[in-house]
Amino acid sequence: MKDILEELEARRADARAGGGEKRIAAQHAKGKLTARERLDLLLDEGSFEEFDMFVTHRCTDFGMQDTRMSGDGVVTGWGTINGRMVYVFSQDFTVFGGSLSETHAQKICKIMDMAVQNGAPVIGLNDSGGARIQEGVASLAGYADVFQKNVLASGVVPQISVIMGPCAGGAVYSPAMTDFIFMVRDSSYMFVTGPDVVKTVTNEIVTAEELGGARTHTVKSSVADGAFENDVEALIEVRRLVDLLPLNNREKPPVRPFFDDPARVENSLDTLVPDNANQPYDMKELILKVADEGDFYEIQAEFAKNIITGFIRLEGSTVGVVANQPMVLAGCLDIDSSRKAARFVRFCDAFEIPILTFVDVPGFLPGTGQEYGGVIKHGAKLLFAYGEATVPKVTVITRKAYGGAYDVMASKHLRGDFNYAWPTAEIAVMGAKGAVEILYRSELGDPEKIAARTAEYEERFANPFVAAEKGFIDEVIMPHSTRRRVSRAFASLRGKKLTNPWKKHDNIPL
Amino acid sequence: MFKKILIANRGEIACRVIKTARRMGIKTVAVYSDADRHALHVAMADEAVHIGPPPANQSYIVIDKILDAVKATGAEAVHPGYGFLSERAEFAEALAKAGVAFIGPPVGAIEAMGDKITSKKLAAEAGVSTVPGYMGLIADAEEAVKISGEIGYPVMIKASAGGGGKGMRIAWNDAEAREGFQLSRNEAKASFGDDRIFIEKFVTQPRHIEIQVLGDQHGNCIYLGERECSIQRRNQKVIEEAPSPFLDEATRRAMGEQAVALAKAVDYCSAGTVEFIVDGSRNFYFLEMNTRLQVEHPVTELITGIDLVEQMIRVAYGETLSLRQEDVTLTGWAMESRLYAEDPYRNFLPSIGRLTRYRPPEEVATGTHAVRNDTGVFEGGEISMYYDPMIAKLCTWGPDRPAAIEGMRNALDGFEVEGIGHNLPFLAAVMDHPRFVSGEITTAFIAEEYPEGFGGAELPGAELDRLAALAAVMHRRAEARAAQISGAMRNHRRVVRPDAVVLMGGRRFDVSVSETNGVSDVTVNGAVLAIETGWQPGETLVRAKVNGTPLIVKFDAVTGAMRMRFRGADLTVRVMTPRAAELAALMPEKLPPDTSKLLLCPMPGLVVSIAVAEGDEVQEGQALCTVEAMKMENVLRAERAGVVSKINAAPGASLAVDDVIMEFA
Repeated sequence: MKDILEELEARRADARAGGGEKRIAAQHAKGKLTARERLDLLLDEGSFEEFDMFVTHRCTDFGMQDTRMSGDGVVTGWGTINGRMVYVFSQDFTVFGGSLSETHAQKICKIMDMAVQNGAPVIGLNDSGGARIQEGVASLAGYADVFQKNVLASGVVPQISVIMGPCAGGAVYSPAMTDFIFMVRDSSYMFVTGPDVVKTVTNEIVTAEELGGARTHTVKSSVADGAFENDVEALIEVRRLVDLLPLNNREKPPVRPFFDDPARVENSLDTLVPDNANQPYDMKELILKVADEGDFYEIQAEFAKNIITGFIRLEGSTVGVVANQPMVLAGCLDIDSSRKAARFVRFCDAFEIPILTFVDVPGFLPGTGQEYGGVIKHGAKLLFAYGEATVPKVTVITRKAYGGAYDVMASKHLRGDFNYAWPTAEIAVMGAKGAVEILYRSELGDPEKIAARTAEYEERFANPFVAAEKGFIDEVIMPHSTRRRVSRAFASLRGKKLTNPWKKHDNIPL
Repeated sequence: MFKKILIANRGEIACRVIKTARRMGIKTVAVYSDADRHALHVAMADEAVHIGPPPANQSYIVIDKILDAVKATGAEAVHPGYGFLSERAEFAEALAKAGVAFIGPPVGAIEAMGDKITSKKLAAEAGVSTVPGYMGLIADAEEAVKISGEIGYPVMIKASAGGGGKGMRIAWNDAEAREGFQLSRNEAKASFGDDRIFIEKFVTQPRHIEIQVLGDQHGNCIYLGERECSIQRRNQKVIEEAPSPFLDEATRRAMGEQAVALAKAVDYCSAGTVEFIVDGSRNFYFLEMNTRLQVEHPVTELITGIDLVEQMIRVAYGETLSLRQEDVTLTGWAMESRLYAEDPYRNFLPSIGRLTRYRPPEEVATGTHAVRNDTGVFEGGEISMYYDPMIAKLCTWGPDRPAAIEGMRNALDGFEVEGIGHNLPFLAAVMDHPRFVSGEITTAFIAEEYPEGFGGAELPGAELDRLAALAAVMHRRAEARAAQISGAMRNHRRVVRPDAVVLMGGRRFDVSVSETNGVSDVTVNGAVLAIETGWQPGETLVRAKVNGTPLIVKFDAVTGAMRMRFRGADLTVRVMTPRAAELAALMPEKLPPDTSKLLLCPMPGLVVSIAVAEGDEVQEGQALCTVEAMKMENVLRAERAGVVSKINAAPGASLAVDDVIMEFA
């Protein structure tokens, strides 16, 4: 009996050794941790339960039958983050370069099936050289199997990808279908075709970092939702994100004890909006001052900065925030910001996370660049996302809410539950200057008359009361009481039930 | 007594005058420019009058506008504060003509003391010790050399109309005297339109010590001890104290009596200050007299218990001084730190913007400890580019100098200012500087001790231990809360372990926390520290006691770490399990990117224009681009010669701090 137990220990030790000391040292030399070390950081201490530790590949081509390694390049299983269950897979670059074989894929599919069945998030730590070329089409089939699981799990359980090494070719499409992608600076990259192929086909000379590093994907492409300095920081921050997300689409977002008075008054918000309507201010200050404990988990912080998306807590419970940022492009909507916010709103709606929207939007960005790029359809994504969302929706207009952009930004007309405005709000078809130039074209030659008309227009429309008179604004609130008003609004919506008509699925303008 | 007075000033000094006036039952009128519409002094005053656009030369120093405000409100007297119109004889004259009292000295005194050469002559006549020097006008460089030789090197060559270090040169020999004279004269002509130059002995190991005087309209005049203002940066006072750690009783009396003699010589009646320069052998020389309330007057108030503003108002009303010289006693020690909106990490570059957080320490006054904060700002207020960058004057008082310093350290630790760059960390660092603590200071203290500027304070090991212990307790509290999240697996909850590793400033601390009845015993590298704190997650100011000694730390959660600010140090602190620490040690040390070949945006703003194109060769000092921030256009210049390799921003782009505008090959 003792021998048998020892045999198990020996086999486990062999599997845990991964690709061996030399390859582990090489991994460390690149500033990267091993697959198991990463799980130690991601999960609560001692909570990891492994599956398929002894799985090996079945390939016999190219001499592969002589090199079999336990686990086949990926560590899978489940564990807890602050006591809540998550399923994980962590690719092991020290074993066959983390390449994806048929069996490697099967291991990932197994835990994804369990995640969907048992209602817990899936977190993938990606560090793989790509397809296991020796296996040929079997490897490609493996990818597709994982893709299919990603699709079916989407909207059922949260899926998070952390890119912690190479992720190229077909491998990129699994993370691409998950809810969030995070990258590690300087040690990870993602691209469909690498620098060599790029050079051959297009003669472009580009480094892997420029083509698909963390900066590229967080600033330019928006493929990634955030980037971190190193493996340790990335995994600590993924734990923070998981603490904000529900385990699945059947559960409410998590709640935890909080140490912040929901009725906290912030007098400084009364001076947030500058006297001069053209002067910007930092919308993040409002978010931080409304949030529990000033804690804000921003998503896509570096991309389309004219809109802010991320999670806060109110009374200990998760709320998604979407806010125009007057500091960038005056906070206008454009292709990028519409796409960014639309995807965020849909994530929140899929997982029953209430949405708080702060509005200061002068309209859509004009120009051929925008029109040729299809701002109509991209802008419609955000409109569609807000319109279909059935979660509690609370909106606060701080300053400008002009034109179609007013409608888009979680207006009353898109089934907003609470639509508040600060006294500084201006809800109108457009700014006074533009409106007067259209309405009084014949008087344009007379600056005095135009000034008088502009003043008249401002007097009439540059306030929240016209909208409030019509009931499009439920209440004009004092800026300093925003946290209290918003907290109470969401508290009153905890029992909200709203269902859209049955359909196979909608047809959002993709 | 006056029924209503107008304060022809803004900011903290306007607020400070209003406070005393209110206590005396006098109504107050504030004046304000467009930029100060929402300012604190406007809110505090009984009435407020708008006097024009933001620039001071279109509002606060336009005599007619102030007079109009006086007339409109029926104020009987005007307090000028400091700066602005406070030392303008024409203003005092205009008020007199209008039959309004000026809460300050007579016109003659302002005029006499306003000119460096006249004031020095008067001082010498009044028997005040003056720096050996030549008072007449100097015709040419040869005469300057001759005079310098007579005085004896080193000498200081100064513009008569000078100030703020402009038109000043030190010469150690004939050649330098010749050159210095020429340069000073050119500079003086260009800066002040007045090229009169004088030469005096240059004082070594100089301290700036000044005497507060107070006179009435009936010929009485007393002195209220001294203030030491040697901690200066480029002639801008930063830290003041009273009394001076350097003066003995005899010197104090001699300086005081001479100051009074000078004041009497010009029929001074109000609060005034006679500034002296004191050398290493306690020889003191008259510098100048300021015919107004000084910025640093609170330290005198704290050690004398006399409200100088009240005295000024009473004297201006014609009352006889109720204080005699023998009534003045100096009790304890007072310290003042001037909090400026200047970023010490960016070579004290002025910083403007919104105060997103402004929480001064609580003001207290007991027999053993006092904290006073004179301020004109509030949370949510704006620091504008138009005026003095001073945010607040934080003063502490204690029975002796060490107590006043310790009080200041804790007060600075408990002072939260966010949204703009400010010199609070620098002030805190000075309070811990051994040379400052010893009192062996001169006006060159900052230049000598911080020749490379300020890069944050280095904390001694014992302080790091205290911080590590506190960080461990806070982290444990935050983790314990995180583990209470809903949806956790029943019976399989996370247990937060008692031991941890704290990584801070390149050092590792092995800690273990055990908590009983709200007190955490923390073992730090073997030693045990008892930590008491009511801190809960989300609080940005941590008040704790470590083995009974207060520890006040500013805290922010940053990506993957804790940021702790304390005593002028700004630390990134990581608390993790021993296993995580072991893995963190494998992470590569990433050097901050080399920014020497980049032009970074120094402030959030809008690109107005780009002055160069890719491929251009640029010279040092050449204008590269213009960035508009807070309605001010800032021209960014090349720090060294180079070739523009890439331009990343176009006119109209809005940039954040440290965004790369262009790159150089």
